[in-house]
Amino acid sequence: MLNDELRTGFALPGPPGDEPPTGVGRRRVLTWLVAAPALTMAVKLGLDGKPAAADPLGLGEFVDIGDLLYAVNLPTALDLVIEVTPDNRVVAALTRLESGQGITTMMAMLLAEELGARLSDVDITLADADPLEVLMFTGGSNTARVLYEPTRIAASGMRARLVTAAANRWGVPAGRLITKDTKVYAPDGRSATFAELSGDAAKVLTPAIAPKPKPDSECTVIGKPTGRIETPELVRGQAKYTLDLDVPGALPTVVARPPTIGGTVQSVDDSAARALPGVVAVTRLPTGVAVTGRTFHDAFQGRDALTVRWKPGPVAGMSDGDITKKLKAAALPFLVPPVLGKAVDGTFDFAYLSHSPMEVRVAIADVQGGKATVWLPSQAPIDAQNKIAAAVGLLPTAVTVHVPRAGGAFGGRLTHEPGIEAAEVSKKIGRPVKLMWSRVDDMKHGRFRLASHHEVRAVVQGTNVTSFEHRCATPEMEFDHGLGEAATAAGFSLPPTRAALIQAAFQLTQQTPYHFGLVNQLLSEVNVPIPNATWRSVYSGQVAVTNEIMADEIAKAVGQDPLTFRRAKVKADAVRGVLDTVADKGDWGRSMPEGTAQGIALHAEYKSAVAFLVELDCREEQPKATKIVAAVDVGLCINPRGVEAQMQGAAVDALSTIFWAGNHIDDGAVRESSFSDFRYARMRQVPSTTVHINSTSSHIGGVGELGYPAAAAAFANAYARATGKKPRSFPIFHGA
Amino acid sequence: MPEQNLTVNGETVAVDAPDDMPLLWVLRDLLGVTSPKYGCGVGVCGACTSHLDGDAFRPCVQTVGETTGREVTTLEGLAADALHPVQQAWIDEDVAQCGFCQAGQLMTAAALLVRNPNPSDADIDEAMSDNVCRCGTYHRIRSAIKRAARG
Ligand code: FES
Ligand code: FES
Repeated sequence: MLNDELRTGFALPGPPGDEPPTGVGRRRVLTWLVAAPALTMAVKLGLDGKPAAADPLGLGEFVDIGDLLYAVNLPTALDLVIEVTPDNRVVAALTRLESGQGITTMMAMLLAEELGARLSDVDITLADADPLEVLMFTGGSNTARVLYEPTRIAASGMRARLVTAAANRWGVPAGRLITKDTKVYAPDGRSATFAELSGDAAKVLTPAIAPKPKPDSECTVIGKPTGRIETPELVRGQAKYTLDLDVPGALPTVVARPPTIGGTVQSVDDSAARALPGVVAVTRLPTGVAVTGRTFHDAFQGRDALTVRWKPGPVAGMSDGDITKKLKAAALPFLVPPVLGKAVDGTFDFAYLSHSPMEVRVAIADVQGGKATVWLPSQAPIDAQNKIAAAVGLLPTAVTVHVPRAGGAFGGRLTHEPGIEAAEVSKKIGRPVKLMWSRVDDMKHGRFRLASHHEVRAVVQGTNVTSFEHRCATPEMEFDHGLGEAATAAGFSLPPTRAALIQAAFQLTQQTPYHFGLVNQLLSEVNVPIPNATWRSVYSGQVAVTNEIMADEIAKAVGQDPLTFRRAKVKADAVRGVLDTVADKGDWGRSMPEGTAQGIALHAEYKSAVAFLVELDCREEQPKATKIVAAVDVGLCINPRGVEAQMQGAAVDALSTIFWAGNHIDDGAVRESSFSDFRYARMRQVPSTTVHINSTSSHIGGVGELGYPAAAAAFANAYARATGKKPRSFPIFHGA
Repeated sequence: MPEQNLTVNGETVAVDAPDDMPLLWVLRDLLGVTSPKYGCGVGVCGACTSHLDGDAFRPCVQTVGETTGREVTTLEGLAADALHPVQQAWIDEDVAQCGFCQAGQLMTAAALLVRNPNPSDADIDEAMSDNVCRCGTYHRIRSAIKRAARG
């Protein structure tokens, strides 16, 4: 039970014009609200220009989705509730999904730092979907950027009240008290726990000390490499994911799904299934036929006993070759004629790519008596609440969405199919259900990073690049998980059409970090109704990767080493800094045997910069990575250990998806079915990976989606240098 | 329905289950033992890895009928009072990201160290390469196994 005597939500950005209750930080937040990312950005995407304050690395024109997320959070009261429990624990609810990025640990660190609490006394829970919150959205590597300042301001206000309460109790000047280990201490050694003070502290209207965050120089928790706070329970097998939750009476449910993507039920004979003793119910859904059993074994047996005739889905008859042909035809022409120099051209293709998090798609739902309670590991729980409500004919306010921890997401939990299906079944059978997609369901009917086709042309004169054009064609991206609504609700005028919005998003996020003369990059979309969702790094996972492969090819065309070329062309010092660090630590240019090579690449986005240097041995049939070195500048690095983990994970994603992991579409169906044929890298393919952290500024940059593009391009570039073959189609070892 | 008798984490249990029911669902749905995870159901991902009479095995492809009278250990039962060395090493190396694969990784690593208390990099690669970690924590898993081996 939480004690609600001490609840602080103060000092958070409120509507402009409010009297700031806690001074300093509040005014600064308001200043941002008035002057910065939001309003100026609102013109183009609803976003135009950008504030100087948001560009501390000097990355120039970079505007990314994190800016939008940051901006749309500002005008709303961030519903951050921090509480002290009677057993002296600090508990805060986080409005983001924890799926492995380490955001709960980061939040705990901020609170421990600012309050003077022991890290082990801080608990972070995941917040339920709350309709008053405009945005709960995990994506775009925005978490630290959105939460850092408000969290520290709120915590400092809380600390000021605890200290004031102790000062009043002991008759000691507040300025002489300190907080440490979740207690307030007086100079004479007297101490009181936060819990003991919380009742009095809640009554403090005007703190006796300024409620402002510590100066960076006094921080001892922020910046210290810190292990994940969940690890101790996790290694004991006690961490609870959705299907581990004990929701009384929730019945295991699986769904028979069509052979083709988006196929539908024509007819079903469920008599054999219903005759099985362990089968409780069979329910027809828009997406298939659900079988509910006593156990998942019963449910699977029931599913396998169904006889279903399926109608083909909307892409039946379409295969990879057809999709590539459509994409090629859609790529827009280049604008700059290559008359004044030499053209360097490259054409690239990427296959569809499943998110395939380790935990399949799951949900628990209990829809009875005009109310729904749903447990769904969601990256966009407010959108989930709305869509589930619509699916079962309730008002969103009658739907509660709990967000359990997720076994990975990577963009694969932005949409809510399992939550909707579970709610539909529960409503029909009048009992709570726990619904699971099988791995095959997840692979064949989940969502995918879009396939893409890229045509790139650089025009060079001497060693100068005078123009750089990139034409990207993809199937239409589904962009329907609440961000647009949140931005509109926050007062942004978004471009009137979806096409204009997507084009603006594409152009604003896809910038080159180099002096490449006249740059233009354009997106065109075709209609291929295969379900998709952004994948770690969004467009950059393909566009920036191909641009970095082109950087190597342009360097070659102008007779320069890839490092020399990049150093000369790069715009921002912070980017040059990470490049120099990997080149130095990774011993760039060392002599290597024939058939082996180094590759280097960089990426700047989310107000952060990263470079990777990798070594590859291509003397056998399959390439083998033998070294991975990264350097990253995320500004103020809250938890270096977490940043290191994200870069290591991004490198494995990159290695996997550049060489082996991808999906085929055969006649409207996904060919792969599990980790046997979706070839994600295994331990033996992954060498040791070192990560170096530069910090040239004290702003907060994004981390989770940063590393992938540079790592992926570094592997492709190493492959090209080792084999002499130009990498053009990904994954390289996809097979026909 | 037949009664199946087996030992799970040191306790003798009797469950009513058909012989062909995969042990994974017996553990999870009938006994409430949830550390073994469903990742594929066909033995290719390692998320469910546990121990059968001390060896690593995959409960998703082992039927309960095959395990009667035998001793099953899941991650919940790995430690006695103090943490097992792999559990401590996993904390020290901060291995987990989303954590979903880690019960299987820990159980595979613990079985490896019984067979081979001092594994080389090649031994580790060999033993661990059938366990997928979609978050890419392989580097830290390798470091943690070495740390646990050093004791
Ligand atoms: S669930 Fe058992 S190996 Fe994948
Ligand atoms: S930690 Fe997420 S799958 Fe391994």
